[in-house]
Amino acid sequence: MYCLLKCAPLILAVAVCHGWLFGDFVGKQKELNEISLWPLPQKFQSSAVAFKLSPASFQIVHAKQSSAGPSCSILENAFRRYFEYVFGDLKKHEKSRKKVYDSDLVELQVWITSADPECNGYPSLQTDESYELSVDESSAVLKAANAWGALRGLETFSQLVYEDDYGANNINKTEISDFPRFAHRGILLDSSRHFLPLKVILANLEAMAMNKFNVFHWHIVDDQSFPYMSGTFPDLSQKGAYHPFTHVYTPSDVKMVIEFARMRGIRVIPEFDTPGHTRSWGNGIKDLLTPCYSGCSPSGTFGPVNPILNSSYDFMTEFFKEISTVFPDAYIHLGGDEVDFSCWKSNPDIQKFMVQQGFGTDYSKLESFYIQRLLDIVAATKKGYMVWQEVFDNGVKLKADTQIHVWKERPQYQDEMAKVTAAGFNALLSTPWYLNRISYGQDWVNVYKADPQNFTGTDAQKKLVIGGEACLWGEYVDATNLTPRLWPRASAVAERLWSDKSVTDVGNAYNRLAQHRCRMVKRGIPAEPLFVGHCRQEYMGL
Amino acid sequence: FLPKALRTLDYMAPVRSCLLLVVVSVWVQQVDGVWPLPQQLDQSADRNSLSPQRFSFIYGRDSAAQTGCSVLDAAFKRYFSIIFPDFTKGSGLLMSENKSIRYTSVSNSDESYNLSVSEGQAVLRSVTVWGALRGLESFSQLVYQDDYGSYFINKTEIVDFPRFAFRGLLLDTSRHYLPLHAILKTLDAMAYSKFNVFHWHIVDDPSFPYQSRTFPDLSNKGAFHPFTHVYTQSDVMRVIEHARMRGIRVVPEFDSPGHTLSWGKGQPNLLTPCYKGDVPSGSFGPVDPTVDTTYKFMESLLKEVKFVFPDSYVHLGGDEVSFACWQSNPNVRTFMEKMGFGKDFTKLESFYMESIMNMTAALNRTSIVWQDVFDYRERIPQDTVLEIWKGETYQAELSRMTQAGHRVLLSAPWYINHISYGQDWRNSYAVQPQNFSGVWKQKKLVIGGEVAMWGEYVDATNLNPRLWPRACAAAERLWSDEEKTLDADLAFPRLEKFRCELLRRGIQAEPLFVGHCKHEYDGL
Repeated sequence: MYCLLKCAPLILAVAVCHGWLFGDFVGKQKELNEISLWPLPQKFQSSAVAFKLSPASFQIVHAKQSSAGPSCSILENAFRRYFEYVFGDLKKHEKSRKKVYDSDLVELQVWITSADPECNGYPSLQTDESYELSVDESSAVLKAANAWGALRGLETFSQLVYEDDYGANNINKTEISDFPRFAHRGILLDSSRHFLPLKVILANLEAMAMNKFNVFHWHIVDDQSFPYMSGTFPDLSQKGAYHPFTHVYTPSDVKMVIEFARMRGIRVIPEFDTPGHTRSWGNGIKDLLTPCYSGCSPSGTFGPVNPILNSSYDFMTEFFKEISTVFPDAYIHLGGDEVDFSCWKSNPDIQKFMVQQGFGTDYSKLESFYIQRLLDIVAATKKGYMVWQEVFDNGVKLKADTQIHVWKERPQYQDEMAKVTAAGFNALLSTPWYLNRISYGQDWVNVYKADPQNFTGTDAQKKLVIGGEACLWGEYVDATNLTPRLWPRASAVAERLWSDKSVTDVGNAYNRLAQHRCRMVKRGIPAEPLFVGHCRQEYMGL
Repeated sequence: FLPKALRTLDYMAPVRSCLLLVVVSVWVQQVDGVWPLPQQLDQSADRNSLSPQRFSFIYGRDSAAQTGCSVLDAAFKRYFSIIFPDFTKGSGLLMSENKSIRYTSVSNSDESYNLSVSEGQAVLRSVTVWGALRGLESFSQLVYQDDYGSYFINKTEIVDFPRFAFRGLLLDTSRHYLPLHAILKTLDAMAYSKFNVFHWHIVDDPSFPYQSRTFPDLSNKGAFHPFTHVYTQSDVMRVIEHARMRGIRVVPEFDSPGHTLSWGKGQPNLLTPCYKGDVPSGSFGPVDPTVDTTYKFMESLLKEVKFVFPDSYVHLGGDEVSFACWQSNPNVRTFMEKMGFGKDFTKLESFYMESIMNMTAALNRTSIVWQDVFDYRERIPQDTVLEIWKGETYQAELSRMTQAGHRVLLSAPWYINHISYGQDWRNSYAVQPQNFSGVWKQKKLVIGGEVAMWGEYVDATNLNPRLWPRACAAAERLWSDEEKTLDADLAFPRLEKFRCELLRRGIQAEPLFVGHCKHEYDGL
């Protein structure tokens, strides 16, 4: 299963002897497997001609024509990172004046073509991530419109390099032209049910970049705990976190996550889910939550955000003002899922309000009332928003650029995707990708088979599908098991969202994914095995 | 018998100030936290403080074991660090490499102990050092820190002994290679849960990582890699010694005649050549039971196993033999005829297993085999231990096997490599190993059980969080009084606390449900 290129040097020798260096320019299935690109590029051609890479002479450099230069920290960092992925620890290598052979690849030129390489910006939904990579005699050229595309291309380049039996690094003559199928390719992590140490979040951003994910959906707070340390309302984490010092994300932690993600072309979209899923908020903000009643008196427990008090909206205004400045992304996820009405129903003030507003006993109208006001508040901060599907289902009036996040199993997600897009909204799929749900065996196969555009609808509707997210909810997940549970299962989602629709062969995917997971292990990510077998370099942490 | 007493001394620090006293008096007592639950546990709210500066473990004056007892000397050091981690930062756990250690192999010996914690001192009495290890574990779980970081232990009386003598955990190092440190870490965690047998499913179809001194080609050609993916003799010794220090037996499994594909690479003519029509197809089946060379090889291998592994038990496997290849082979068919087996290939397997079991008996070793061997032929050597692994009807199998007078190990409901969403530890916890139809004498033939972590989907990346704390459920079922531990809801908070304790000790144990631990796991 893991035959590691035993025949490559032989093929090279034959090729040279026959003076047949540039013939036969087709992707051979066998080498394809050995090179194991993940996710598979849109267009890929490779020949049997191989070049050697030596850590002593190989360099990643800015192309002369490139609009980016040494001041582009995103690229400078990425050059170093990918050099280390290819050759191992930099410190082990000393630059020497080693003789360069004709068959060597001496440099990778990175050429940013547009006037603004976006080195100091943030990636966005509109970012062009396409790139072209050409590996030929003595040098390789990576062409991209901006730094973000170059990051994707660097990852691909690093995946093209393979070790032969003598430990030498090789790369085949290759032409790649690549771009993502969907613009929004996300991972959701939940840091409320269990606190996730910074280290774990950063490691997963690394793994995301290896799989060309570009959105970190940070479900940062929920019922169980409020680890986000707010500058405006410090009591939220002071009283709502599992521990006010050891189990919180300080402003500098959040900055670090955002910057670490930016360096890898990953957007950070925070989710502050209301009006449900807010129990922990109530610890720090008095009167924010609805007091539940037992008969005629308050029971001492609390329900969703209290939608009938102006103070609730005043709080949200202040709070989201802060969030909109802390998180640079153009979108905020506002949640809006699973609101339990029983507490609202029990509260006499709310009952009165319902009558006043003419809502009858339809509490979803009350929920819509709240969400409507919240959306207006957030819209005033110039941010776009994402919401869970219930908000759409309940008929709330939404801005045209709102993204509807589909997560429910009933009704079938295909129907929901059709409905959302028929109404003209952007749709994002997560239902088949709840990776916290585990089962015995190779469940990545079902993950791989799901397709976000697999529903009945017009082409215009299909175009409204902007992508999807793999979700790892935190009920049973913390730092001990998060990474092996997520990887390589999330990689299946990564390929579905990046590669061409036609890339669906599970057998071929298995071979590439098995090696891709070994590559992640080699890079220090404890990605679990797909099935029986081994990696040349096993996971050594613990 | 010689009672070996072991005394732990604790000079109680007097309460230092009135302020402290006031604070303490409103502080809620934290008691009840031993996993697995001791047979008898009486605790009072009276608490003694422990000073890390002055606390020490000492051998009782009348103890038969004194300084120089390597197992206990090492255990004192280990448990001191566990109890007072802040005082021993950076030192890590001790691994004794002392080659001159006398092998007193761990066997089904008495693991009972009495622990009495009173003012100023605690006394731990046990018949054997192994019992003392169990008692030290319980003692370490009784110590807690208050909000100010001071150490306390409540006045406690424990009388404890295991319900079953055989409490095992199976790791599979063939489907995926497990690096040595992953195995050693698992042994540490086993000791915390009072497991006492490491069932090392060391080889199987996919790879042969055991480096044999007699047949080096087995791993040279049968391992995933002959140098990076093997267990050398010294690796094996390290595992055995690490286990012994923790009162854990190491029972190796060399599973045959099936599950032996990897053996064939280094041992020509061992496996049956499969036929396609009249010609060999080039593929191989189970061990060839028709040729003498097979038995000579097996005898040499078992002799080596006896030499390398001190435990008196050896697991011989015998499960899931596919007959298709035997059926296709003309020599095997001729042999069947000669032996008068007709077309019944179960007879051929029984014939093979019987030879191997006799060989093992001649080497003074007790065989353990998977249930298949019994299912094919009920009349097998009486002292053979049978292990049940087939899920559907394990109660009926328990009845049948004990009826036939065999000692039995239960593993079927504890295949925890099978994962599912949610709190599946509750299923493991609900198992009642003696709940089958049979007389009391039969029930007593159930000598224990094993948690199995088969390796199809498991390697060093996910082994630990998948094992712990899920294996703890079976650990309690096998150690504690069933009557007192039937309610999983009651067990939940105790297990949750124990899981946090495992994290504090550096075991990567996954969460049971939402919540947090004071000391979270800080690895990756």
